[in-house]
Parts: sequence; structure tokens; C-alpha cells
Amino acid sequence: MTGRGATFKSTLTWWPAGLLLVLVICAVFAYWLAPFDPDRQNLLGRLKPPGFEARGKVFLLGSDELGRDVLSRLIYGARVSLLVAALSVLLSGFVGVTVGMAAGYLRGWIETILMRLVDIFLSIPAILLAIITVAVLGPGFINVVLVLALTRWPRYARVAYGQTLAIAGRPFVTLARSMGASPLRVLALHILPNIVGPLLVVATLEFGLMVLFEAGLSFLGLGVQPPTASWGSMLSTGRNYIATAWWIAMFPGFALFLLVLSANLIGDRFGDRIGDGR
Amino acid sequence: MTLLAIQDLSVRAGDLSLVDGVTLDVGAGEVVALVGESGSGKSLTALSVMGLLGDGLTIESGSITLGEANLSGASASVMSELRGNEIAMIFQEPVSSLNPLVPVGAQVAESLIVHGRATAEEAKAQAIDMLRQVGIPEPESRARQLPAELSGGMCQRVMIAAAFISKPRLLIADEPTTALDVTIQAQILELMSALTTETGTAILLITHDMGVVAELADRVCVMYGGCVVEQGPVDTIFAKPRHPYTRMLLNTLPRLDEEPKGELFAIPGNVPSPQDWPSGCRFQTRCDRPTAACFERPELQGDAHRFACFHPTGVAS
Repeated sequence: MTGRGATFKSTLTWWPAGLLLVLVICAVFAYWLAPFDPDRQNLLGRLKPPGFEARGKVFLLGSDELGRDVLSRLIYGARVSLLVAALSVLLSGFVGVTVGMAAGYLRGWIETILMRLVDIFLSIPAILLAIITVAVLGPGFINVVLVLALTRWPRYARVAYGQTLAIAGRPFVTLARSMGASPLRVLALHILPNIVGPLLVVATLEFGLMVLFEAGLSFLGLGVQPPTASWGSMLSTGRNYIATAWWIAMFPGFALFLLVLSANLIGDRFGDRIGDGR
Repeated sequence: MTLLAIQDLSVRAGDLSLVDGVTLDVGAGEVVALVGESGSGKSLTALSVMGLLGDGLTIESGSITLGEANLSGASASVMSELRGNEIAMIFQEPVSSLNPLVPVGAQVAESLIVHGRATAEEAKAQAIDMLRQVGIPEPESRARQLPAELSGGMCQRVMIAAAFISKPRLLIADEPTTALDVTIQAQILELMSALTTETGTAILLITHDMGVVAELADRVCVMYGGCVVEQGPVDTIFAKPRHPYTRMLLNTLPRLDEEPKGELFAIPGNVPSPQDWPSGCRFQTRCDRPTAACFERPELQGDAHRFACFHPTGVAS
């Protein structure tokens, strides 16, 4: 009985990682996996339901308003979602962790300036900041990443700051300093490895949020521009046909749901493992 | 020859004076014990020498020189050049003083790497050699282990190895044996004394354990309430303490050459916190012979054996 329970539990633990892996494989090998060119239009085969067949080829998840294969667009869309999320997590994480660690270790006026800056950024509604920035920079893949990094770095800064404060007071940091280690060496070698756990938890949870943000921006027309397939823009156009062609919006919506859910579950697992750092 | 000279050092936190006019010197190769209860300013004095005072703590006045180098006015880069080269420090908590995620061999090699005194390969070899010297069995495989895999005594040996690898002229040992059990304490003291004779390193030994003082020190400096109250050669201090505080500290030790007199002596009360320090002699609140004269501040008097008391005790009681 306990054996079966344990199996059940470990399956629950592993499926989010498995799902994430599947999506990553989809994104990387989209060219070989997608049955059709995602941008290839077929105006005669518009808005066909899942399972529709044309010229001996099956549109497994149906076709959209321009006759493009929904499954192919979904597979290519995973690229945008994962890449934008990964890049923005890396960029905002790098900026946030640098700022937070500098503030937490150097203290003094540097701490005051940096952490007040963090407070200011946290008090601006993220979506508003994103819309303004896109309005200035213009939409597009790189800009979406920049916008997301700009709005999300304070979260990492907060965590890195608190953790750095805690670790910097530990005796081994004083010992390292007593050997003449420079601040940079102390931060990179002695403090960063000791705070990386909580930061990973934040990064994983942020990853899910970034996927949603990107979809949101694309939904609003501020993200990746057509015809590039993205789950957010698929949702956006699919919305117009929801009554007659539910599959156009439903499948990207479900894919988003699964990706964000698995990212969050992985984050929670991490958090449980290391005793949480949020 | 004087190696470390501390002149009239005062440290404060805001308007709270924590160390008040400490004058102390350590000769080359000499072991000087800095003794006193918790809160008497021993560790702050040591951290001032290292230039590692915490946030909000500042050196108000005084000078610290190591050889020819002036430490009290030194820039951060000069200080970090000296740390791990000329001065090294070991701490009280052996396990938490080592980075939990770095193999101990690398931590021993740290100061060589930091100062670019050896390539990674040489540093590793020297670290293993040093671990062997401090009595760690199978140093090659131990060097790859993390601190959590070693016992407290082992970790203290690792820290000592890390301090001695740079062959510093001065080692500051902040309660090196306090966290260890008694048998290990003896081994660690023996090791430290062997290494100092071998390398000629001077030690500023911070402790509140008179037994450790007797074991290792050449000279003793007793601190109370941020001031030095008595200072002199270890034999003289043990045989003829002049300051009542020193005498009381010594009385807390059980003696093997006398019949036990029932309960062990304890100094009544606690060290008052800095804002409650009395003006004049700071020990007056716990002294057994205070008079009106003690409202004045006693100066250190004497030459080799100095003490700050208006009513010094004649001989050991």
C-alpha cells in the first residue's frame, strides 16, 4: 500500500518536469515535429475542426481563420513562449541578483539608493510599465524580453538582498574577508552559492509568470508580431471565433495552462526542498 | 621587537563607547592573551586590528601599527593586501566559520589564491601539506570533503591550517578552543603552540579561559568594560595579580594544589552593558573594595607589569 502511495506521489512529483521537457523538445525540434509550415495559409480550409483532412493530410487540432494548422502553430508557439520566458528570467535574474547582492553586502548609501529604486519599481503596476515601455520601444521579440526584465528584476533583488544580509553575517564570510578576499570574490564565491537555492525557487515561479506575461502582451498586440505564432496571439485571434471555432483559442490556452502549472509545481517543489526563501 | 602596537584605541557605535583607550603591544613571535568576560571589548579590539569592524562601529581614535604599516589609517585595498598575508585570524565556531559549500582543501588554499601567491596546482599541494601538518589524517581525501563531513575539532584544525598557510607574522585567535570539548581543546592548544614555535608567528589570543592562558601565553592583558585593567608577564599575573578583577578571574579556577573549598568562586553580577558603565573605575560595581577614590578613572601604572587600580591587591589571595 505504501509502495503504491509512494509511486503515486513520485509520479505527481515528476510529471511537471516531464511535461516541461516535452515542451522544450517541441520548441527545439519544432521544424521536424510540426506537420505543416505554421505560416502556410489555406484559405479553402479555413476554420476546420480537429481531425479535418485535406489532400491526404490530417489537421489534428483543426485550422485557424487563415487555414493554418493549429497544431503546427502551437508547436512553433512553444518556441516563443519558452524562449521569451527563459531569456527574461535570465536577464531580470541577473540584474536583480546583482543589485540585491550589492545592496545587501556593501550597505550604506548604496543600499539605500538601490533598495529605494526597488521599492519604486515594485510600486508601479507591472502591466502598465510594460505597455508604456512597448509603446516607446515598439513591439517585438527582443523588446518583450527587455520589458519583462525591466518589470520583474525587483523581485530577485528583494530576495537576493535579504539572503545576502543573512549570509554576510555568518562567520565564514568574516573568515574569507580575514584572508584578504575582495568584496567581489566574497560575493561570487562565498555568498552566491549559499543563496542560489531561494533564488532558483523565485526564478522557477517567475518563469511561469513570464510565460503568462508574454501571452498577455501578445494578446494585447504588444508582443511578438504576426505572422509569428505565439500562444498569446493565437488566443487573441481565437477569441473572435470562440463561438464557431473553439479549437483556435482552446488549445493554446490549455498549453499555457499546462506550462505555467508545471513551472509553478516545480517551483513549489524546490521551495519545499530547501525550506523556502520567498 | 614590537610587531603589533595598539595605542590608545577607542571604538564606538554611535555615541556608545565600546572600547576605551586600549594600549597593547605584541612582540614578534610572542603570544599575548587578551582576557576578559564577554562584553569587555576583546573581540572588538581584535577586529579593529583586522579592519573588520561591523557596520556602525568606528575607530574613534588611536593608532594601530603592524611592523612599519599603519593599520588604523590604511585604505581598504592596503588592508586586504595585509589580511591573509601578514595577519590571519581564526574564529570561535569552527564549523560555521567554514563555507559549507566549499571543500576544505580549497578553503585552506584561499589566502594563497586570493593574493596570487601560488597557482591553483601549487596551492592545492600546499593546502594538503598544511592539512597534514595540523594533524589531519589522509589529507588528500579530506581536502575534497565539505566542512559538514568533518568534526568540530577537525574543522578547527582546518581553520588553523588556513591561517598558517600564508605564514603570517601575526595570528589573531578569537576564542579558538571555546566551542571544543576539553580533550580536543588540549590538542588544539598543543598544535597552535607547536606551529608558533616553528613559524615564529606571534599570536594575539582572545579567551576568557585562564587555563588556556596558562597553557599558551607569554603575556596577559586583562580587559574589563572596554579598558585594559592589568597587563604583564603570565607568571607575574598568575602569581601576583594586582587588579581585583584579575584576582577574581583567577579565583574562579579550581586549584589542584589546594583542598577544595566547597563551591567554586564566581564573580558576582554581570558585565554591565556599555550604556551603564560607571564613570571612573568601571569595575567598581562588582569590586569587593570600592571607595570614593574609585569614582575617578584609574590610570595604568607600572612598567612591565601594569595595572589600573587605586587599591591594588598585595599578593594572591
